[in-house]
Amino acid sequence: MSLSGAPFDKRVVLRDSLAVAIPVGTYGAAFGAAAIGSGFSILQTCLLSLLLFSGASQFAVVGVMGAGGSALSAIATGSLLGLRNGLYGLRMAPVLSLTGIKKIIGAQLTIDESTGVALNQEVKGQAASRYGFWATGIGVYLFWNLFTLIGALGAKSIGDPSAWGLDAAVPAAFLGLVWPRLIDTKSKLVSISAAVLALLLIPIAPAGVPIIATALLAIAFGWRN
Amino acid sequence: MSALWIATLVTSAICFILKYIGYSLPESLLNKPQVQRINSLIPIALLSALVAVQSFGAENSIVFDHRLAGVAVAAVALRLGANFPTMMLLAAVVSAVIYRL
Repeated sequence: MSLSGAPFDKRVVLRDSLAVAIPVGTYGAAFGAAAIGSGFSILQTCLLSLLLFSGASQFAVVGVMGAGGSALSAIATGSLLGLRNGLYGLRMAPVLSLTGIKKIIGAQLTIDESTGVALNQEVKGQAASRYGFWATGIGVYLFWNLFTLIGALGAKSIGDPSAWGLDAAVPAAFLGLVWPRLIDTKSKLVSISAAVLALLLIPIAPAGVPIIATALLAIAFGWRN
Repeated sequence: MSALWIATLVTSAICFILKYIGYSLPESLLNKPQVQRINSLIPIALLSALVAVQSFGAENSIVFDHRLAGVAVAAVALRLGANFPTMMLLAAVVSAVIYRL
């Protein structure tokens, strides 16, 4: 017998989903402000949240462009950071079994948070897992985009981004994103070597390259167990 | 079209395609431990590089300024278990205060 039809308490799954969606969504304000601080227009900032919809990739695009990098560097860094969403899709595909327009929407909502909540709910059965995926994905999407706009409008009205600490908020955001991933010696080693390699490359490579180059470290460290 | 527009639209398109491809590939790919390992290390490398470049980088040189103070405070806050918004707010406030001194 399959677990897919098992009954579950929708309120509990919804509560778990919103507990993730609301704080993550409000963090969209920081993205909105950072994008404006990096020279993006309000329209471009909102489109990044609506179309790209993957926090780390979005911060990378505005971070690289804000540091004077080329569009190619920004695209490469943002896309490499988006790779993992593809693997989440691979993981979620049998759970969601999507086709047509639902596959397009489901794919767009496939991010760290929606996948994370869905996998957490899997013990309660596939129906709970699916519910968690959609509730979290839609929740994050709505709040993230709303707060992106709020952050962008706010930043537009304050002037010099440095005077409000926005230029430090961006690296702090990256630090907050990488922090929970540093779970063992190997991940810490990759983190430190990537930071050192990037700093060594700053004086000699065009902006953006010091960041993408560290993907090679990830491949080298991950090649063998 | 400006570089900002190209970066916005092309990255969005590629990232959507990456998400969509995930739903169209054979599931057996996920069973390769090497793919899993590299996939989990790529964000760690890129995000760490971004922290370094955004904290110390100024065009083609390395500088120690207000941003570093903000990021250092963020690291301490994370170490003490602060949540995301608190950590970012602390980083911004410390950096802004030093910038204005």
